[in-house]
Amino acid sequence: MTIEAKYGVPTVAMHTDKFDRVVRSVADVNGMPDLAQVFVPQPIMGKSAAQLRAYVDGKDPISGRPVMQEVIEGLTHPRSRAAGAVYDRSTPRLVEPDTEDNLHRLFLERSWTDTLPIVLPTEERVAAMLAGTRRKPGEVVGRMRSTHFREYWEYTVEKVAVNAVMAGARPEYLPVILALAATGVTARGSSSSAVACMAVVNGPIRREIGMNAGTGAMGPYSHANATIGRAYGLLSQNGQGGSVPGLSYMGNQGNSYAYNSVTFAENEERSPWEPFHVQHGLGAADSAVSVFSGVRSTAFTLGLREKHWREHVGHLLRGMDPHGPPALLLDPIAARQFVDRGGFAKKDALIDWLYDTARMRASEYWDYQLVQNYIYPRATFGEEPWASKLKAAPDEAIPMFRREDIHVIVVGGETNGYWRIMGGNYQKTESVDAWR
Amino acid sequence: MASKITVLDPTGYPPKIAAKALAPRLDTLNGRTVYLVDCRFDDSDIFLGQMQAWFAEHMPGVTTVLKRISSVYLVDDPTTWEEIKARGHAAILGVGH
Repeated sequence: MTIEAKYGVPTVAMHTDKFDRVVRSVADVNGMPDLAQVFVPQPIMGKSAAQLRAYVDGKDPISGRPVMQEVIEGLTHPRSRAAGAVYDRSTPRLVEPDTEDNLHRLFLERSWTDTLPIVLPTEERVAAMLAGTRRKPGEVVGRMRSTHFREYWEYTVEKVAVNAVMAGARPEYLPVILALAATGVTARGSSSSAVACMAVVNGPIRREIGMNAGTGAMGPYSHANATIGRAYGLLSQNGQGGSVPGLSYMGNQGNSYAYNSVTFAENEERSPWEPFHVQHGLGAADSAVSVFSGVRSTAFTLGLREKHWREHVGHLLRGMDPHGPPALLLDPIAARQFVDRGGFAKKDALIDWLYDTARMRASEYWDYQLVQNYIYPRATFGEEPWASKLKAAPDEAIPMFRREDIHVIVVGGETNGYWRIMGGNYQKTESVDAWR
Repeated sequence: MASKITVLDPTGYPPKIAAKALAPRLDTLNGRTVYLVDCRFDDSDIFLGQMQAWFAEHMPGVTTVLKRISSVYLVDDPTTWEEIKARGHAAILGVGH
């Protein structure tokens, strides 16, 4: 779109057919509904040259016309639409009054829910929710978008409160939900890799609102954990203007973590190390929430065996995709085992060891599809540390991850020493106190 | 009959859409240079290589240049866009989502 509109070069954009609705929608919201877009079958990935030649020689599966005819006409046939017109898209504050049954149906039909039953956001309920913060209802909290090429939508304190009511949250949870909204990190990313988010709450707010950091913390056993995470998801999909499969959500398999964005409190009291938010610049007495995006992959094991724990952890790390760096979620028993077995008195020492342990042969590393898509181009452009990695011999064991992308969080109730690695990208830590 | 209630709309506020002009189209591709821009995503380079072969076979009067973007598709690439504007007449970008 940039080369067409900004540089004045007639352009055709090629896509696979599965992205028909989404790319037309993106062109619409960027003010270019007549952008020339031509489609070939999905997938491109893994097809031979001969198979891809058949795509070129074949028909556009959307229009039914020859692909190359579409391409050539896209560059040579006039395309209408005058520039300069501005289209306003207002969002009403209220929904047309109706019965509760009809409103539940309407919210479901408009994809305003996660398909589970919601609490209808009446004015009374929203007003009660707003009592959970000193912030003004009309104050803009942040903005989100589902993917890089879409436009940002913004949302106010009241809009966040509406979604919090829908999720079944209580007013005392609202500062955490507002802080999540203020991160601007969507919990409804559109990526075809079916991403989810993970939210880690630290500080006194955990106890004040009854968050669970112990047994079952990441499961459906805490009203606060469950509804804060759900509110984050609902706010994301509604605040950014939608998360609809085929239109604004393209996650191929979906991701059940998205139901409540893996929202839990860190077990600071039982951790041998400093809390996660303190690592990121806040004080121990501060309350904060930290967000990870791109949460997809999980590996797990039980404890650390005396003889081969280093190898076992190495295997777990190498089981992660190199594009999804590891966040270790350690039950306090496992955390203390890392201290006892590895001597990692400081979390930094453990992260150093993880960074050094997570290695694979350079030839294998560069052959990962996601590395080819997202890291190799940056390496060839000279961006470090990947440019240096690119110089490694094929059999050289190179680090899979950047050290700064590896994280450790303590959670669990010590019913056993099970622990897991969550693949995901740490995004930011936001103060909860600022939203009280 | 069930009574009606009023509830709030949960959706955020979208920005206004400003219509943008598309570039003027060419009268013909013959004698022109068309850049095939590889977005470096999921083997799109192989696909565009096949499209380049198609042009060579069916429209030999068209000069094609296979060009990879400088980094990942998420990053704007003004260097490449400037090159295409200076040396080319049209572009085919692919294969993205």
